[in-house]
Amino acid sequence: MTKIDLKNLTIKTAHEALVRGDFTAVELAEAYLAEIKLNNERLNAFLEVFADVREQAQKADARIRAGKDVDILTGIPMAIKDNILIKGRKCSSASKMLENYTATYDATVIKKLKDKGVVFLGRTNMDDFAMGGSTENSAYGPTKNPFDDTLVSGGSSGGSASAVGGGLALCALGSDTGGSIRQPSSFCGTVGLKPTYGAVSRFGAMAMASSLDQIGPIAKNTEDAEIIFKAIRGADGLDSTAFDYDSNESPQKFKIGVPYSFLNQGGIDQVVLDNFNETLEKLKKAGHEVVEVAMPNLHYSLACYYVLMPAEVSTNMARFDGVRYGLHLDGKDMTEDYFKTRGAGFGREVRRRIMLGTYVLSAGYYDAFYNKAIQVRELVKQDYIKAFSSVDVVVTPTAPTPAFPIGKNTNDPLQMYLEDIFTVPVNLAGVPALSTPTGKTESGLPLAIHAVGNYKREDILFAFSRAIENL
Amino acid sequence: MLERKDIDNLAVLARLDLSDAEKDKLQKDMESILGYISELQKAPAVEESHKSSDYSLKNVMREDGEAYESGVNTEAILAEAPKVKNGYFAVKKILDN
Repeated sequence: MTKIDLKNLTIKTAHEALVRGDFTAVELAEAYLAEIKLNNERLNAFLEVFADVREQAQKADARIRAGKDVDILTGIPMAIKDNILIKGRKCSSASKMLENYTATYDATVIKKLKDKGVVFLGRTNMDDFAMGGSTENSAYGPTKNPFDDTLVSGGSSGGSASAVGGGLALCALGSDTGGSIRQPSSFCGTVGLKPTYGAVSRFGAMAMASSLDQIGPIAKNTEDAEIIFKAIRGADGLDSTAFDYDSNESPQKFKIGVPYSFLNQGGIDQVVLDNFNETLEKLKKAGHEVVEVAMPNLHYSLACYYVLMPAEVSTNMARFDGVRYGLHLDGKDMTEDYFKTRGAGFGREVRRRIMLGTYVLSAGYYDAFYNKAIQVRELVKQDYIKAFSSVDVVVTPTAPTPAFPIGKNTNDPLQMYLEDIFTVPVNLAGVPALSTPTGKTESGLPLAIHAVGNYKREDILFAFSRAIENL
Repeated sequence: MLERKDIDNLAVLARLDLSDAEKDKLQKDMESILGYISELQKAPAVEESHKSSDYSLKNVMREDGEAYESGVNTEAILAEAPKVKNGYFAVKKILDN
């Protein structure tokens, strides 16, 4: 078999090689299966590697040989986060609640990728129902960081980011409610996009907080992320919030806004701040303009998120009743069935967020918390809208720290929540954001810059991210 | 601020069977999280005139009608149910006589 240079492979170069016949989709899939076999026990990135990967690849090869319906993604091996449904396959959200659940339909993004002939390698580990920032809340053990396996991969899409960063998959899908694509991308050295709310259909993605959730790509570079985004985006009769929009012409030189007052509140590791400032200096030297933007309400974002997100979580999780699908534990009556099933099926963090959500939605606290948070969400949106009237992108580091040791934050939920400080405002506003690697710490851990664009302006984020890659 | 009986009540509302040890931990965790989110009270009010008339959200409608042909998914869906009887989800008796 041809030895494939997986390290330098991208979607585009893989596609060109497949079409030229340098290697087949089966050989490419086998190369990744070999990497998975070698490394997955250590990293725990995949919860399941699909048994029919070769068959999927054979079908892609047949298309490529016939030269018919060949898309740039035909035969490309992709990992799928375990909360995105593929018909007939297990899908557990890394929870005990859905340990034996088999998806009864395809998510819209899966349908689109199947049509293009993508080869699904397997389903990747994540925090239980996507609730967490380190993949330590998985019911199936934490995913390790590919650069140091004593550290977390980040989360909640940690399996997808670790798989791509560790070379176990060429690319992956994740989901992002408060940073779950971007923060693990920062920790694992991948490019991760949270699209504009509504750019990508959520049909078939297990709901966590429906007004914040989006599916997006995790990739080795900007070009790959853009290819996947274009393949999965678009209106969908099955998601009433998904819509189409045209791409715009992106600028070549960027006006970059930095919300310094938000950044300077402390809590950021010096190594992260130094790397961020160096990146800004390089951008200036490359002819881009860096200015300060006033965004006085951004610092309320995390508090706002920890009202709205649990409120929506407690509502969405109500569907798990042990009657229609998933785990069922028997009690003495119907009510006790609910208590036992839900108490045992949900992980600790899910239970904590359901309790919080129940609290903020309860009579007497609804106005003080939920209604106030809805108003603050509006203030955060206004901050972005105002900023984008004068700059092309708003940038911060993606996360306040590099990847941290497994177990470090597990007993302090608030400390864990603070990891999302820079990514959460984006989900509240519904704007798109992209995390791009900007080098490594002295001990070799990836760092990243987080660029936020105006609604529907993924084009600017891709162009900006390319500019970073070319620095 | 949060008393143990509040935690008990919330667990009942949320239909969660929780151990005493977990309730103790939750009482502590929720105190600290609620303390943090109380920051929100300091945020200014939204001026109505400045409300962003939603740049991001847009309703998408489809024609009325059946999204799926009736019955085509029944078998696959029921196969996932813990208990099934005569083509229905089976639950314990809910009403007493």
